Amino acid sequence: MEIPYDLLINALVAGLLLGAFYAAVTVGISISFGILDIVNIAHPGFIILGSYIAYIVNTRLGVDPILVSIVMLPVFYMFGAIVYQVYYHSFEKRGEDPLRGLAFFFGLLFVTEVALVIVFGVDYRYVQAPYIGPSLKFGMVDLPLRMLVPAVVALVLFLALQLFLTRTFMGRAIMGVAQDQLALRLVAASPTRIKRSAFAISMATAAVAGALLIIIQPVEPSVGREYIGRVFAICVLGGLGSIPGTLVGAMMLGVIESFTSTFYGPSWAPAVAFGVLLLVLAFRPAGLFGR
Amino acid sequence: MRSSTFVLICTAIAAAVFALARWYGNEYAFFAGYVVLQFIVLATAWNILGGYTGYVNFGSAAFFAVGAYTSIFFHKFYPLPIPVLIVLGGVLSGLIGLGMGYLTLRLRGAFFAIGTLALAVVLQTLVTNWTYVGGARGAYVLRPNEMEFIGPYIQYLFLLMLALTVFALSVARGIERSQLGYGFATIRDDELAAEASGVPTLRLKLIATTISGGLMGMAGAPFPYYLGYVQPSSAFGLEYAVNAIAMPMIGGTTSWVGPLIGAILLATIQQWATVTISSELGVLIVGVLLVGFVVLAPKGIVGLVGGWRRGRSG
Repeated sequence: MEIPYDLLINALVAGLLLGAFYAAVTVGISISFGILDIVNIAHPGFIILGSYIAYIVNTRLGVDPILVSIVMLPVFYMFGAIVYQVYYHSFEKRGEDPLRGLAFFFGLLFVTEVALVIVFGVDYRYVQAPYIGPSLKFGMVDLPLRMLVPAVVALVLFLALQLFLTRTFMGRAIMGVAQDQLALRLVAASPTRIKRSAFAISMATAAVAGALLIIIQPVEPSVGREYIGRVFAICVLGGLGSIPGTLVGAMMLGVIESFTSTFYGPSWAPAVAFGVLLLVLAFRPAGLFGR
Repeated sequence: MRSSTFVLICTAIAAAVFALARWYGNEYAFFAGYVVLQFIVLATAWNILGGYTGYVNFGSAAFFAVGAYTSIFFHKFYPLPIPVLIVLGGVLSGLIGLGMGYLTLRLRGAFFAIGTLALAVVLQTLVTNWTYVGGARGAYVLRPNEMEFIGPYIQYLFLLMLALTVFALSVARGIERSQLGYGFATIRDDELAAEASGVPTLRLKLIATTISGGLMGMAGAPFPYYLGYVQPSSAFGLEYAVNAIAMPMIGGTTSWVGPLIGAILLATIQQWATVTISSELGVLIVGVLLVGFVVLAPKGIVGLVGGWRRGRSG
């Protein structure tokens, strides 16, 4: 088969932009699952919640969705802290088997989705912003702003988190929680408090990811399910607990998906992420940048 | 109680239920009853892996759909009687369970859970793109109106599901009381210690996944004949996955009684909510109850009742 050159380049660029966005969606799971070992499968559900908040404020008041999400950061942070508190008291402290923790988050995911269905119905919702529609053209490469703006915001968010985790005391403490809780106690830092902040931060990223999602595509409550596979595939592909790995994994998945939908049709795209996940689990469970 | 006695008692109860439904004479009772029974089988099947060994399966819908689509495939290819289809669906989904387990069970429990979720989406995409079984548009199954000796077709389906329920409960109870069951329990309580003392954990986990997946496929096989029409989004519906988890969790996961109680309770609530208000509210109730129970009553209804009885006697 002769593959047209410009189609290839465009699929690659679209895949990279998509990948940057996926990185923003996944970074929350990277922190909660990768670093804290909390399998928060409800994260995509909270991202959809973020999308709907951006949607409501955008349609009622005409505020830019990204701005809305930045204002919502503290609210999601608080919400994350509460969820962690419940999780800690019900499961971690009691040393309950992880089974119940998983069921807890699965239940949260489901409740969020069904509650959104009951309130908003299953219609697709979208937002208005000046950068939705126009696109930049560089020769034969097409750069839709609808993809470019979220990709840039995602990279900024990613960079900020990476700097926070490697340069500040709190960030290093979070990375340390994954490795040695006793050592943390010895330097007079409470692992529980650190984990709570980390989980809250991971939840806060859902506000931004949600706004980016609804800029990229129209959203309905069950869209979150498609992202469960993607985020875990990226997380495992990049290597658990590795933030740079997440970015690389996200970019790879974005490109693979983009090629799949360009050359085989979009109806195959959802299976790509899960196929990648199953392959990685089978052959290299530690991922590319695994510890 | 011996296992044979248990099967006899279950069969007697099942016969009584069928006689009662016939006597009541309302077609709707059979339609609603079928759904309740189907969920008892699903919940019991989930619990054989989830409750006994402690590995969470989020992909119940996938196994259920494999059963359903096995029926659709053979309906188009070469029509077979439903009991044969139930066996075929069970074998196929059991094999998928085995393969799935082989890929992910050597890793930590969370990976198995995520892997099962992945399996559901991969299979759904395959079926959506497979035009022979209807693709995204779905497939119709023409079923006869009557069945000889029994009467209306829905009564025949109800009877089949009733038999399957007795089978599933007997298998679950049998496992619980066998060496296999004790092996499963050691995995649930402390897998490392079990491994160290010579329990073949991987083999036991694979057995559990195969039995559990097989039973789910069996529950799904008659589904196309029940609805007359199947599309990927209905056969792979998330509500099967949620219910299969919620029912044992709410009933209690350590014995066969828990899923039974949970399934009867939740399926009845959902039937009631679907008829009176909306099916969304029904599933919302299931979700809220699931979260509430895992946080507040980790041992489920069986645990609550047990604690209450101990409290009274002590």
